[in-house]
Amino acid sequence: MADARRSRHPVVELTLARFRILIREPEAFFWAFVFPILMTVALGIAFRAAPAGIVPVAVVQGAHAAHLVAVLEREPSVDAFTIGRAEVYITLRDGRAHLVVEPGTPPVYRYDPTRPENRLARLLADGALQRAAGRSDLWAARDEPVATPGGRYVDWLVPGLLGMNIMSTGMWGIGFSVVMQRSRKLLKRLVATPMRRSHYLIALVAARLAFLVLEVGVLVVFARFFFGVPVEGSLGALAAVSVLGAMAFGGISLLTASRARTAEGVSGIMNVVQAPMWICSGVFFATSNFPDAVQPIIQALPLTALIDALRGVMLNGDTLAVLRGELGLLGGWTAASFAVALRIFSWR
Amino acid sequence: MPSAVRCSGLVKRYGDVVAVAGLDLDIAPGECFGLLGPNGAGKTTTIEVLEGLLEPDAGEVQVLGLRWATDGDALRQRLGIHLQESQFDERLSVRETLDLFRSFYAAGHAVDGVLALLGLEGKANTWVSRLSGGQRQRMAIGCSLVGKPDVLFLDEPTTGLDPQARRQVWEIVDRFRGRGGTVLLTTHYMDEAEVLSDRVAVIDNGRVIACGPPRELVSTLGAGHVIAFALDPAAGEPPDFAEGLEALPGVRSARREAGGWSLTASSLHTAMPSLMRLAADGGWSLSSLTTRTATLEDVFVSLTGRHLRDG
Ligand SMILES: Nc1ncnc2c1ncn2[C@@H]1O[C@H](COP(=O)(O)OP(=O)(O)OP(=O)(O)O)[C@@H](O)[C@H]1O
Ligand SMILES: [Mg+2]
Repeated sequence: MADARRSRHPVVELTLARFRILIREPEAFFWAFVFPILMTVALGIAFRAAPAGIVPVAVVQGAHAAHLVAVLEREPSVDAFTIGRAEVYITLRDGRAHLVVEPGTPPVYRYDPTRPENRLARLLADGALQRAAGRSDLWAARDEPVATPGGRYVDWLVPGLLGMNIMSTGMWGIGFSVVMQRSRKLLKRLVATPMRRSHYLIALVAARLAFLVLEVGVLVVFARFFFGVPVEGSLGALAAVSVLGAMAFGGISLLTASRARTAEGVSGIMNVVQAPMWICSGVFFATSNFPDAVQPIIQALPLTALIDALRGVMLNGDTLAVLRGELGLLGGWTAASFAVALRIFSWR
Repeated sequence: MPSAVRCSGLVKRYGDVVAVAGLDLDIAPGECFGLLGPNGAGKTTTIEVLEGLLEPDAGEVQVLGLRWATDGDALRQRLGIHLQESQFDERLSVRETLDLFRSFYAAGHAVDGVLALLGLEGKANTWVSRLSGGQRQRMAIGCSLVGKPDVLFLDEPTTGLDPQARRQVWEIVDRFRGRGGTVLLTTHYMDEAEVLSDRVAVIDNGRVIACGPPRELVSTLGAGHVIAFALDPAAGEPPDFAEGLEALPGVRSARREAGGWSLTASSLHTAMPSLMRLAADGGWSLSSLTTRTATLEDVFVSLTGRHLRDG
């Protein structure tokens, strides 16, 4: 029964084992591959550029309502209809009309000025009604439509989803599985063998990076072919940014998992760590929506830096030199989190 | 010949709890040594100190003549360790798990050979999640055998298994011993200790309360048989009943048990007739009566007044 076949290097075996566990976990597969694609499809369709905007405008029933509808309908992009007086609020709230016109001299416009589409409807309707009342335009400007690739919401969204994905797969793929091994006393069992602890940790990172290739590849290729989302910069830069992002979240994840003993415990910590970044780091809407006072914090978050860098590479074609600020921040997170995690990591 | 495993004056505390309270063991190469004791006796704590997984608060440990403080790496290469509670990754196959553990050792067995030894050739490519309890346990033991160890530590290798699965584990241990391996195992099954061990140490409250070959320990009882009986509850019980029983010829001791009485007897052919006579004279009736050969369990009971399973 002597060993004829030389066995593989422990780092290779440990990496293989970890990679197999990751890809054989149906949940991991769903969250890493299916979920981002579903999000891209759903949001990409929901927020696609509205087809040369039909603007719905409602007219409150009354003496001159029919005349006003006819005048408004003459404006090509306006769709006008009448509603009852009691429906004004609901119609606006539900977006069935972007503007409600009450007949009169002058007419009354009811709309929500915080909604851009309402303000647009007011401009269009006002122009049409004034022209019908006798105002004449000074000129007719020549329109030249320009397509701006990379400027749609889906183009902006995909790097955000990519960053979010790199964060959550890193957190779950490393932190959660380490804690599972600890709570099932497998970590202790491994430590009882001659396994080197450094080999275990190297394998964690190696398996994570192998998974990253699939994870980033699938989403980028899907977004490219189904939505034409560009990668303006080099693939090398995209890879470098992704790897550094995965390392930063690998370190943070190892840190959250370094002492936790139960799956429930570590899930709680990881949600607390991730939730602010899901909201604030610009996955779905720009970080500039938050007040200036909290901007320094938001800009220091690793997910903000990762997503900014991904958008830089994919949408602006930035080189790594341009992104040195973001990359430096990610590198700092990586170094600090690994340094602390390795110091306090519990092997039993 | 030097010892395979030796410890002296071992102490391990958890806060106020003294898990191991001054324990000495000396296990010879090639020996199979059993630690027998009830729940919480300190078996796991002892074996984990010997395995280098826990630091003792006091005492000396030597394994294969080496010490954990200075020779940890060399020692781990030569030991096979099975922990009581470890669960392996569910989504790896049996072969993948064994390959992984094999890779940690500089020298060892071919995984195919170990699969054959475990009787798991047919399950080589099955995920751990799809194994039965007995198959999982055999694989776990296999993980401690792939490194071709000199000493095998088994912490409760058969707890929770059915009799057939337990016998399969015993066979694996036997074959390991057949090649000259040393085994230290813990169990709270007395039959397991009797079948596998050359010597056992009976442990209670962190101390060795008896140590020796199973048969010798049983013979120290001076009584090879146990008679258990119950009285018809309607009849009531005579006063000074225990003294009356112990005075019977051939009976060494009498104990009240849940649901009846238990006598240890040196010879059945004198104890049984005198017990029957006592019953007839007293006019009480027996509702049950069984006899069996004395075991390590009875040794434990006579030393502590408790059963192994009482915890
Ligand atoms: N990590 C721990 N923290 C505190 N007390 C502990 C710890 N581990 C064990 N003990 C205590 O030490 C004593 C011995 O425990 P140990 O696990 O060694 O018993 P055991 O003989 O292996 O029991 P079992 O048959 O149930 O496995 C028990 O009283 C237990 O409560
Ligand atoms: Mg135990």
